[in-house]
Amino acid sequence: MADIATLMPYDEALERFEPVLGLETHVELGTASKMFCGCPTTFGAPPNTQVCPVCLALPGALPVANEKAIESTIRIGLALNCTIAKWCRFARKNYFYPDMPKNYQISQYDEPLCTDGYLDVEVDGKVVRVEIERVHLEEDTGKSTHVGGATGRIHGADYSIVDYNRAGIPLVEIVTKPIVGADRLAPEVARAYVTELREVMRSLGVSDVRMEQGSLRCDVNVSLMPRGSAEWGTRTETKNVNSLRSVERAVRGEIERQAAILVAGGRVVQETRHFHEDTGQTTSGRSKEEAQDYRYFPEPDLLPIAPDPAWVEELRAALPELPSARRKRLQQEWGVSDLDMAAMHNADAIDLVEATVAAGAPAADARKWWMGELARRANESGVALADLPITPAQVARVTELVASGALNDKLARQVLEGVLAGEGDPDEVVAKRGLQVVSDEGELSAIIDQVLADNADVVEKVRGGKIAAVGALVGGVMKASRGKADAGRARELILRKIGVQG
Amino acid sequence: MSLIRKTAAELGALVASREVTAVEVTQAHLDRIAEVDGRVHAFLHVDAEAALAQARAVDERIAAGEKLGPLAGVPIAHKDVFTTTDMPTTAGSKILEGWRPPYDATVTRRLREAGLVILGKTNLDEFAMGSSTENSAYGPTHNPWDLSRIPGGSSGGSSAAVSAYETPLSTGTDTGGSIRQPAAVTGIVGMKPTYGGSSRYGLIAFASSLDTPGPFARNVLDAALLHEAFSGHDPLDSTSIDAPVPPVVEAARQADVAGMRVGVVKELGGEGYQPGVLARFNEAVELLESLGAKVVEVSCPTFSYALPAYYLIAPSECSSNLARFDAMRYGLRVGDDGTRSAEEVMALTRAAGFGPEVKRRIMLGTYALSSGYYDAYYGQAQKVRTLIMRDFEAAFQQVDVLVSPTTPTTAFPIGERADDPMAMYLADLCTIPANLAGNAAISVPCGLADEDGLPVGLQVMAPVLADDRCYRVGAAVEKALESRWGGPLLSRAPAL
Repeated sequence: MADIATLMPYDEALERFEPVLGLETHVELGTASKMFCGCPTTFGAPPNTQVCPVCLALPGALPVANEKAIESTIRIGLALNCTIAKWCRFARKNYFYPDMPKNYQISQYDEPLCTDGYLDVEVDGKVVRVEIERVHLEEDTGKSTHVGGATGRIHGADYSIVDYNRAGIPLVEIVTKPIVGADRLAPEVARAYVTELREVMRSLGVSDVRMEQGSLRCDVNVSLMPRGSAEWGTRTETKNVNSLRSVERAVRGEIERQAAILVAGGRVVQETRHFHEDTGQTTSGRSKEEAQDYRYFPEPDLLPIAPDPAWVEELRAALPELPSARRKRLQQEWGVSDLDMAAMHNADAIDLVEATVAAGAPAADARKWWMGELARRANESGVALADLPITPAQVARVTELVASGALNDKLARQVLEGVLAGEGDPDEVVAKRGLQVVSDEGELSAIIDQVLADNADVVEKVRGGKIAAVGALVGGVMKASRGKADAGRARELILRKIGVQG
Repeated sequence: MSLIRKTAAELGALVASREVTAVEVTQAHLDRIAEVDGRVHAFLHVDAEAALAQARAVDERIAAGEKLGPLAGVPIAHKDVFTTTDMPTTAGSKILEGWRPPYDATVTRRLREAGLVILGKTNLDEFAMGSSTENSAYGPTHNPWDLSRIPGGSSGGSSAAVSAYETPLSTGTDTGGSIRQPAAVTGIVGMKPTYGGSSRYGLIAFASSLDTPGPFARNVLDAALLHEAFSGHDPLDSTSIDAPVPPVVEAARQADVAGMRVGVVKELGGEGYQPGVLARFNEAVELLESLGAKVVEVSCPTFSYALPAYYLIAPSECSSNLARFDAMRYGLRVGDDGTRSAEEVMALTRAAGFGPEVKRRIMLGTYALSSGYYDAYYGQAQKVRTLIMRDFEAAFQQVDVLVSPTTPTTAFPIGERADDPMAMYLADLCTIPANLAGNAAISVPCGLADEDGLPVGLQVMAPVLADDRCYRVGAAVEKALESRWGGPLLSRAPAL
């Protein structure tokens, strides 16, 4: 990497400077067809198989706007408390790049479909209102792959190939107003905003918002101003921020980098920077000192969008329950504390817990497994909770088996392990691994007799009134049964055999 | 009378009644092309085999008792800016040399379905930018009236082909006058329909908000029949109007102006116009009055600003529309030797593939849209455009149609204005206002100028979606003049 930046420790940076944030988020809409033609939008199709004269920009081809995409954008605007334009136009954004077939992008410029909204997010138990500048509709570009060279970027590559399947997929851009006053929580606010935005998109059903597939992409703008100053500093725009964790890290890293430059008497360069998942650092991209002139003008191939106010009101009335309201409701239904709810939210576990409850599990059990054993496993293997190879229905089945006494917690953990290892459904894992609690009283009784005989001294202590010592005997039974005994039942039987009241 | 002298309506009737086969009609026109096109150079591509195959298919369908439209079996030539799956489409540019589109333009598709037989593709100014067809990368087209003169442009191949009897019908596109001006200077009929009345899908864009496909023919009824055959709403073109096609054929048959109110546009005429053009125009106005029209003078003061506004709007749009010609997916590719970047290959290709007029307009438009200049140029031009629309609206409160000469002069000699873009641009002085406002406008022959014996055109402009009025007035003038002349104007053209 060419430029390894000097960093100032975060706490020190925050003592001297106040960060100002801005977030530009691109969301690929999950419409069946592309923005301006009838091509399908399925992710992962073989390269250049989902293309036509329009999205390849063949001479003479013309765009026709996807009404569903316009509807989705308006619904997003409404969910973000925006004003919906009564009349607006698409505009052409002109620049040459091989992955953009027309060499202009159909976007919106000074007449966005939605303006002036907000999204409330919760950080550290505090509600932060993030103001939304605009929400507009545009089309995605194709995807370039640069082959050869060290960086995977176009510079130094031997050659580049382009897949136009993505070209023309509807893209919604959501731009915040500058976020001032987040102070040392700036990285967390940025992350919470993107998290909340993603949940809003999911609840609207407008996108699958998978950051790793690029259907939600985030550019993070950061600038610093010295404490006590009211004048904003020069901002940088960090691209390639492809996970929630990276959003937080990118903001933190940029604050540390800019602070070091400013304290050393340097000047922050207005530029695009690239975020690197591996190091958490950003490197310099294209300089924006000389702003590119996109020569925007109203798209003459398309008619203005003039949504009927009555239709907009229908869309507003039909909005689903939004995530924050849903969280409040679920918290009440599940009877959990603010802290536990926030923990589930941060771990992205709410949907999973809800689905597990829907599959029949008690809320407390569902939460216990997702936030305990499964969270630990996800963390160990570095994947998102939702990406663990286990379904809420499978988790619900495990809780059911525990509740019925067929499994104890220890066995349940082994069952989960088996499911995650691809050994099948919980019942199959139980069968294959022979994980049932020993329910045969005769067998259990025989094990207990053996343990009591081997531990006569402990038996004496218990008889002598030291009831707590029975734990050692139960432990012995569990060990002898390789964990399959029901510990509660074993305790009962031991006490009865010794002739002591438990 | 030989088949090539017949009207399209007559040919359609002869084929339908099986008095003549479509193959015979097609062959007659192919023979004519072989005979004269070496001198006229109206065509960039002729496919005799394909044309005869289409003609045979039409004959078979008719023999099988199928009822086809009035133009089934009639030959047509398409301006080489409409995509055709069976022929190359070049837009008159080197950058698209040999490109075979995988899809048909809506106009070509509809005419195929109507049974018209495509003879070939006609020459044009590169990307339809020009008024003389001298800007074609494939050499100029010659005016059949005088081979040393231009046939108009940008649809000069289409006008010359009709005027030289190589085809009874052709398509063109009119962005600033590119149908009406060539029709006027070659002595034929050319119509610019209402913007949005004919589909732009598959028309290689020059200026999207202005481009309008339209018909060429040797008489008003034929033009109306062709207009009707390809027009109407197209869901593939968002700017296409979802309304019935105006009753153009009925209006062309009506050919009656009694009681109509005709406005003579004060600003389109006078100084700078060729006297012979003005003389024929004034006679046409007197003729309309004698046919029972009520003629008044109408002032449209903002029309004086139409030309400069046009030369900001059209280049601005073209600078963006032509960005797609970048050597990545189709067309010419220059300098791709494995050492150059994509950006360098794009630049080299565009430098080699575009001609000087196209480059001039791309640069003009790029400049006009630049940050800091947008408001002063593109923004201001759009305001002028609005004012021109208002002038039209006010005028059409008083009159049913507006008339003017189609062009300030008759056909000028090839080469005369080639190095003087401003002089060239003036050829569209009278035609541009209708493009900026989206109105319908037609050019019909109204005589020969005394100075040079070359054709003069009368322009008739009508409100949006009142295309039928253009045909009604045009047909009335045509009928009266032909009876005065004892035949069509074109019959006075020198033999080729």
